[in-house]
Amino acid sequence: MERLGSGSQAGIAAARLSQAQYDANFSDLHPRLDKHEALVASDRCYFCYDAPCMTACPTSIDIPLFIRQISTGNPLGSAKTIFDQNILGGMCARVCPTETLCEQACVRNTAEDKPVEIGKLQRYATDIAMEQGRQFYNRAASTGKTVAVVGAGPAGLAAAHRLAVNGHSVTVLEARKKSGGLNEFGIATYKSVDNFAQREVDYVTAIGGIEIEHGKALGRDFSLSDLTGKYDAVFLGMGLAGVNGLDVEGNNLDGVEDAVDFIASLRQTKDKSVLPIGRRVVVLGGGMTAIDAAIQAKLLGAEEVTICYRRGKENMNASTYEQDLATANGVIIRHWLAPKSIIGKDGKVAGIEVEYTAMADGRLVGTGETGIIAADQIFKAIGQNFSASGLGALQFERGKITVDLEGRTSIEGVWAGGDCIGTGEDLTVSAVAQGRDAAESINRALAAGLQPATAVA
Amino acid sequence: MADIRNNFVGIKSPNPFWLASAPPTDKAYNVERAFKAGWGGVVWKTLGEEGPPVVNVNGPRYGAIWGADRRLLGLNNIELITDRDLYTNLREMKEVKRNWPDRAIIASIMVPCEEQAWKAILPLVEETECDGIELNFGCPHGMSERGMGAAVGQVPEYIEMVVRWCKQYSRMPVITKLTPNITDIRRPARAAKQGGTDAVSLINTINSIVSVDLDNFAPNPTVGGKGSHGGYCGPAVKPIALNMVAEIARDPETYGLPISGIGGITTWRDAAEFLTLGAGNVQVCTAAMTYGFKIVQEMITGLSDWMDAKGHRNLDDITGRAVNNVTDWQYLNLNYIAKAHIDQDACIKCGRCHIACEDTSHQAITSMVNGVRHFEVMEEECVGCNLCVNVCPVENCITMDQIPAGALDKRTGKIVDPNYANWTTHPNNPMARQAAE
Repeated sequence: MERLGSGSQAGIAAARLSQAQYDANFSDLHPRLDKHEALVASDRCYFCYDAPCMTACPTSIDIPLFIRQISTGNPLGSAKTIFDQNILGGMCARVCPTETLCEQACVRNTAEDKPVEIGKLQRYATDIAMEQGRQFYNRAASTGKTVAVVGAGPAGLAAAHRLAVNGHSVTVLEARKKSGGLNEFGIATYKSVDNFAQREVDYVTAIGGIEIEHGKALGRDFSLSDLTGKYDAVFLGMGLAGVNGLDVEGNNLDGVEDAVDFIASLRQTKDKSVLPIGRRVVVLGGGMTAIDAAIQAKLLGAEEVTICYRRGKENMNASTYEQDLATANGVIIRHWLAPKSIIGKDGKVAGIEVEYTAMADGRLVGTGETGIIAADQIFKAIGQNFSASGLGALQFERGKITVDLEGRTSIEGVWAGGDCIGTGEDLTVSAVAQGRDAAESINRALAAGLQPATAVA
Repeated sequence: MADIRNNFVGIKSPNPFWLASAPPTDKAYNVERAFKAGWGGVVWKTLGEEGPPVVNVNGPRYGAIWGADRRLLGLNNIELITDRDLYTNLREMKEVKRNWPDRAIIASIMVPCEEQAWKAILPLVEETECDGIELNFGCPHGMSERGMGAAVGQVPEYIEMVVRWCKQYSRMPVITKLTPNITDIRRPARAAKQGGTDAVSLINTINSIVSVDLDNFAPNPTVGGKGSHGGYCGPAVKPIALNMVAEIARDPETYGLPISGIGGITTWRDAAEFLTLGAGNVQVCTAAMTYGFKIVQEMITGLSDWMDAKGHRNLDDITGRAVNNVTDWQYLNLNYIAKAHIDQDACIKCGRCHIACEDTSHQAITSMVNGVRHFEVMEEECVGCNLCVNVCPVENCITMDQIPAGALDKRTGKIVDPNYANWTTHPNNPMARQAAE
């Protein structure tokens, strides 16, 4: 990469690259297929029986059907097939780890190690529909019922949309100033460009009957009991607000940051040249957040970016595709290394001491062998956690909300979905499925309440 | 190295691949390019009678259907015979023949169905020293409205009459080109033979509307808001052509009549199939119009390499070899029993065999075994229909395995009879019962 200026590049600094370089680095990772590309790609679909891709999709999109609709020149029909199951199909087309979901299941993998490009085709169809502002759903007649949705992320938006379709009035309470949740704040910039997350929120809420109130945080501005008293039903989809701490010496030094904050600031900053980045960066963790932070650190001009993960490659939550994307961008991924202490100089990060790890009797242990990696900046991507304030007597399991198969919590009239529930999978598409299904469950419950009492015979 | 030199009714060419009478053979420029690329011969685009030439439409002349990845499967055209002056064509034919003496040049002719018209043009054509003539009794559009082309080919008596004139007024070998737009292809073939033709060539194009423009509610190709039926050709018509060639080849009345096979030939394999069903050589058009003249090189090498691999020395070794194996349904052996078998290692688990069988056939393929996605033939249900083989995207993944004589057919519960038995003697056949009574 081109280097600017002749001054020292040491430490944490902004404006490491030319404007053109920033623009190129943070442009769309996969530009949308044009019509010809989409037709060629769609021709490869075999229209499988009981298609494995469809089974692999958490939202069960009818993939063979939507691809066939593209191939027959009906992209709007295709988009409706997608939205019927997943109203956030546009974002999922961009951020889904398709290589571990639908595209991994594609029989073309067995045939020739090259799946149908399902994600790109989904984006093709949904982009066309959204660009035309085409709405496929009309609200049912008002039921007079009100539902509160906590969190305007993927789960909350999916729930809100399905509830609105069914004629309920939905109020979404969102802690941040903007809607979208991780779609807006938690995704690598190059996966969703052109303010897509906000355009998608607008598309979803255009159905009507959805009010979003920003700056309203559960536990700070209201409690669950406030909602249950006021609304006919409540859906909790506030995700994971907390981040896991790093309990090692030096964790308060200047330059130790949470990866999620770094990613969020990247997404919220239009001019990337103002964002400071270390010359040498270490990212701790093995999930998508670690990968996203590491790649973007590199794209901001960091000279050396190293991911340290305390287990092996096969244990990483990040998909192989994501790992390859990182290494292709010059990120070094090192396994079996755990942080031991952060070394400072003048109150700032100067390096990190790591200890080699190994599995012993099924447990991860330090081997005692240590080393030091020089670093100016350290991003923690070691997991997020659920902050359970304002939830009263709600039942939890392993720190997250307990729900049944329909998304019902331990409190009657309260549903939950997304990352905040016990079965949350840290996937946009799973959150959408849970929000949608909870909305259907809420709808059934409310409809039952609406029915006139059975006449006594 | 197999010898693929061709001698068709005395017309010699270095290989059996001729370009059919069509746009690719309309003028010297194209034909010379074709010969440079390796084509064994050409049938020059159809000549009309002396005088002002026909005119073509000035809008689109072609329509098409496509398979995956826009691969052209069928082409339809509304172009007429040559729209160039007769003498220009004759001069160029003579010149090209002189420059390429080892290649075949055949003149396709279409003039009104009057003795004088044929009598007038034949000496002019003969003067070019071309190798033979092909009577265009096939074009189904435009010219047929004027009583020529398919309008002649659909009336066996006219065919016989015109062929007779041509044999009478010319020394040249006569190839009669037949239209498929007829109920029984044997009738015009017999008529041509009766008239003394040296050979028949088939098929010409099939009446077709290739698609409809749904914005303008008009057939494609649309000329000023209207469309006319055209002539259909290309890979999609090959099965129809193969059947018609075989029908003539095995008809006792035309048995042995030389046939130039035409219809959707795109690869060496297509050509070989025509030869085995009785064609003495083949004519190609759509493949060249799709890919250019170079494709003949694939055809030549493919045919030659296949013949080498199989030990066939020359074209006579393969011509007509499949004719005796074409029979009527009533003579098929009802004691031949086969069942589909799915190679589990080759199976990619798309499930198309299952759904085809389940929804539309005999419910003989599993989709799930012990809770696992698994496609396997249930022999007790399989009638051996072969549909699964045809819908499977993986070649040779599903095969039809014969149940040997003496083994149990699990579907019927009977032992497979080693003896040949067909419908004519089957007890369910009312005709067979009658004969027995």
